[in-house]
Amino acid sequence: MTGRLPNESMIAMDETTISRGFRSKRQEQTPKNRLPPGQYVTTDFPVLSAGPTPQIKLGDWTFALQLGGSLLGKWNWAEFEALPQTTIKRDIHCVTKWSKFDTTWQGVTFDDLLKAVGLTEPAAPYIMAHCDGGYTTNVPVADLIGGKGMITTRYEGLPIPPAHGGPARLLVPHLYFWKSAKWIRRVRFMEKDQPGFWESFGYHNYGDPWKEQRYDGD
Amino acid sequence: MTATETAAQPVRRLEWQLAQVREIVVETYRVKSLLLHVANWRGHLSGQHLDIRLTAEDGYQAQRSYSIASPPEDELLTLTVERVDNGEVSPYLVDDLHVGDQFDLRGPIGGYFVWTAAMGGPLCLIAGGSGVVPLMAMLRHRERRDGHAPALLLCSSRSPEDVIYRAELDAMARRDPNLRVVNTLTRKQPDGWMGRRGRIDKALLAQECFPPEQSPKIFVCGSTPFVEDVSRFLVELGYDPLTIKTERFGPSGGQGP
Repeated sequence: MTGRLPNESMIAMDETTISRGFRSKRQEQTPKNRLPPGQYVTTDFPVLSAGPTPQIKLGDWTFALQLGGSLLGKWNWAEFEALPQTTIKRDIHCVTKWSKFDTTWQGVTFDDLLKAVGLTEPAAPYIMAHCDGGYTTNVPVADLIGGKGMITTRYEGLPIPPAHGGPARLLVPHLYFWKSAKWIRRVRFMEKDQPGFWESFGYHNYGDPWKEQRYDGD
Repeated sequence: MTATETAAQPVRRLEWQLAQVREIVVETYRVKSLLLHVANWRGHLSGQHLDIRLTAEDGYQAQRSYSIASPPEDELLTLTVERVDNGEVSPYLVDDLHVGDQFDLRGPIGGYFVWTAAMGGPLCLIAGGSGVVPLMAMLRHRERRDGHAPALLLCSSRSPEDVIYRAELDAMARRDPNLRVVNTLTRKQPDGWMGRRGRIDKALLAQECFPPEQSPKIFVCGSTPFVEDVSRFLVELGYDPLTIKTERFGPSGGQGP
């Protein structure tokens, strides 16, 4: 039983198969402008990582900002905590289909990091986030400045649990959540864009949930 | 860890494809395998998953990810699905789907949690419940390829009724002296149960796994608490974190990054 749906705009270019007997069990009406296509709302906070959760002692933790091989700034935990703090509430969207509304994060905005190292404008158009455990992800700087991205150290007012990326996690909430890299230790400016970890394994290079950019070519 | 060369290849979108159910296998009282015919499936590696999309008559759609249980060598694509009570998609797949029914899927997805015969062994597979599914794809691939890489499958299930693929795994292990299958039951053990009892802990891992000196390729799949515990134990036992690949099934049934 195959047929086109009445609302062509909903389904873009794909043929859609009606699944015999399948009905929505979701009674709540989520506003369409709040839930990106293909997502569903969850209240739990699933954990997704490619390897073991690193156990990082705050005494050993440092965070660095780099341009190529040169160091723009480096902070230990106390120094990082002394930077201006910002709290934001955002919806987050995981490429594995769950979305979670109204999550609250506290940390240092990318704008304040740039100020802290005396930069009035970004050093290059792209960054690679480097994390404990070897994970990397690439983000355009335009998606981090202007209050769009930050390095977070608190979730819902508490230290971020290790499984969720603590002690410090990149937060870029308007992109799929794999861009919000856990266990971040280093942000490296790049003149040219390069794929990070999941971006090298078939996931989309940019990852806009509203355009459903899950995989390469989406 | 980053494979930059893959990104340079021409990008081909993962299009939605029509899958038709050819056969349904009851694995346990809450788990079924769906054997699917997908014309022009582009192939996959053992350990990868795919997205399925169900569409209701009124146009409502739901997407979910499921691990592929079949090896690349099989003609039909197999998904093994566990019914999550109060779930939206899995009860439909397990209880309502008939042979001949169709739905959309696209994949394969994920290139990290994979094993190919060329990667060799020893292979150390550790599963909690339905986390065995992508690991089964690896063992089936290993057998089809006549692989002799030493392999261990360590499976944790609640009760004997919850053990997925039990007969197939027992038969596989009987045929193959290089494969060891160890089951542990956490909640209920029948009289005369010869396997392990209780949750997988550090002592059990130390006893059963290939030692760190042999640099086994380790794949851990299961619920978040299961994977968190097992992978932490393994690191504490001296295994290199970069040799431990994990896939977590969250309470929301997610996979991937």
